[in-house]
Amino acid sequence: MSIDTSSQAYGDLNLEDPVKGREPLVRGDHDFHYITETVCRVAETKIVKTPLVFWAALGGALTLLSMLLASIGYLIWEGTGIWGNNNPVGWGWPIVNFVFWVGIGHAGTLISAILYLFRQNWRTSINRYAEAMTIFAVICALVFPGIHVGRIWAVYWLFPLPNQMEMWPNFRSPLLWDVFAVSTYFTVSLLFWFTGLVPDFATLRDRATHPIAQKAYGALALGWRGSMRHWWHYEKAYQILACFSAPLVLSVHTVVSFDFAVSQLPGWHTTIFPPYFVAGAIFSGFAMVQTLAIPARKWLGLKHIITVHHIENMNKIILVTGSLVGYAYAMEFFIAWYSGNEYEGFAFINRAFGPYAWAYWTMISCNVITPQLFWSKKIRTSMTISFILSIFVNIGMWFERFVITVTSLANDFLVSSWEYFVPTPIDIAMFVGSFGLFFTLFLLFCRFWPVIAIAEVKAVMPQADPHWEGYAHGGNHE
Amino acid sequence: MAQIFTRRTNMIPVIAPVIVAIVGGMLTFVVWFWFSPKHTDVGYKPRQPIPYSHALHAGDMGMDCRYCHNNVERSAYAGVPPTNTCLNCHNLVKANSPKFRWLRQAKNEDGSINIDAESTPWKRIHKIADYAYFDHSAHVTRGVGCVSCHGRVDKMVEVKQVEPLSMGWCLDCHRNVKHYEDRGFDPALVVRPLDRVEVTDMTWGPDHPEFKNWSGKAANAYADKLDPPIVQCSGCHR
Repeated sequence: MSIDTSSQAYGDLNLEDPVKGREPLVRGDHDFHYITETVCRVAETKIVKTPLVFWAALGGALTLLSMLLASIGYLIWEGTGIWGNNNPVGWGWPIVNFVFWVGIGHAGTLISAILYLFRQNWRTSINRYAEAMTIFAVICALVFPGIHVGRIWAVYWLFPLPNQMEMWPNFRSPLLWDVFAVSTYFTVSLLFWFTGLVPDFATLRDRATHPIAQKAYGALALGWRGSMRHWWHYEKAYQILACFSAPLVLSVHTVVSFDFAVSQLPGWHTTIFPPYFVAGAIFSGFAMVQTLAIPARKWLGLKHIITVHHIENMNKIILVTGSLVGYAYAMEFFIAWYSGNEYEGFAFINRAFGPYAWAYWTMISCNVITPQLFWSKKIRTSMTISFILSIFVNIGMWFERFVITVTSLANDFLVSSWEYFVPTPIDIAMFVGSFGLFFTLFLLFCRFWPVIAIAEVKAVMPQADPHWEGYAHGGNHE
Repeated sequence: MAQIFTRRTNMIPVIAPVIVAIVGGMLTFVVWFWFSPKHTDVGYKPRQPIPYSHALHAGDMGMDCRYCHNNVERSAYAGVPPTNTCLNCHNLVKANSPKFRWLRQAKNEDGSINIDAESTPWKRIHKIADYAYFDHSAHVTRGVGCVSCHGRVDKMVEVKQVEPLSMGWCLDCHRNVKHYEDRGFDPALVVRPLDRVEVTDMTWGPDHPEFKNWSGKAANAYADKLDPPIVQCSGCHR
């Protein structure tokens, strides 16, 4: 059987592990220079030669982004009454969207920090993507609590700043812990992402021909020259930041879950929330990585670098975390019954069979059934099906937050205060618009920044092994 | 290959933190100093329609504050006196002074009250935002003297604001008066023995002859009985 190893389709082939050692992480007979060329090619395309499809995608994203900005402007002008939020559902879509986006922002750090510390070399092909996705998702997430305060000019009240009112946030409130958790996470993720980018920016700088590109990449490269000392500092910094970020993967969504779990509302006040939220966050984060990586590897011609092996590995993580989430759903129900608390019991019966049953079963079908399909290797390694299923997971995870937030609030202890929540068009415009913000940032990232960690991918190629007997078949070792 | 950046670029990491520290420090100072009610509100001294001198009336002549601000013990508002209160005396005293244009129109030629008269457009000096609840009577009847918030009005020819009236300034008393022990605060400074000292006595303070007897045990026992709204938002934002 002859396979054209230089063709992009080679990256899609499902190879068996060779008897000795693992299949290579980068497919094909390629040298270091190939990686540099493949990754830099996108960023180095002249502006006038940008493909039409990119302009179309960016135009679409910018349209949605302007819809978001217009809605925010209207919100600031008019007040939060333009949302569907009202008694008894005081936390509507803004919080749902916040938790949704923060959850998505978990995959990046998991890939870059935890997989790094566990020496999972396959992370190198996708970590840059995933970290970028994390940063952009957290930016989208931060928009919602920011505008949810209503009086945007008083948003600094979220932070414990000395002021003439001698007024402080409530330090006993998980909402304040959330401010710290998410802002810490954003800062550390940004530093981590940027640290990894520095050597690659230097590559782009050295290859750039246009003075503006030289200056821009040069400024971002922070004077990187690739000396031994630079690499020594770099590796140290990267490792320290990885150690910083690893616990954050677990802590951030734990604190987000406290927003609910610390309250006393049936359906929220449960100890399972922290692990359940963390699993859900990683689940949704990996699904979003798939949603972005599967088309991007094709359009940017990166199939040799992000191979079917990577997609399959991520599908396995989706399977694990999806099963954890499914287990949590079941356990919530069990405990609601086992506790003997009639309000808790009602909250869950009401979720599954009450007025929001449609949302609940959407969540169950997307989050519980979908990942189980990944037991099949055929499905795991199929790009099209993986992509479609990742979209289902995204939908399911949004509905999970909707179900948790809205059903518990809409039908609480007092029957007389029950009300069915209906979002307004502004709610919908803001949620859809947040995708505009996300994709605008992501498209610009894909276009101008190194989408693959060039230096790190090179380090996991066979050529990086000191005992590699490649090009000259061990000529120096005789 | 030519260098992209000049050698001087190397100074950026050295200079940038200094600039950030200086600019950040200046911004902090600007907001902390100039945005504070201590700067924006203290010292507000508008020109009043009648150059009424509190120093003359309340100080030199010793009139009680409550002669004019007569609702202060019963109402949230101390009250600004109607023109007629002025005319109780100024019917006879300096009745023809050119400064009394506003007073003269309150009265017809025959001495009867002119019901069409405009009230004197006094400019309000001490103003708390509408969303903050404040009640004069609650303070005055518990021994918080006029001087605590308004300063030595008996020495002011034209009244001006001397305290910031900010939320933090309110809380300063409200928090400390109940926790005087932990905070090293003497409740006697803000509450006086009403049976011995008039609430309008502007001289209350450590130099007052009654202060020694009150400060300490008696004042602390009195503070223990007080129940001001302390930390809850709805104490003042009702």
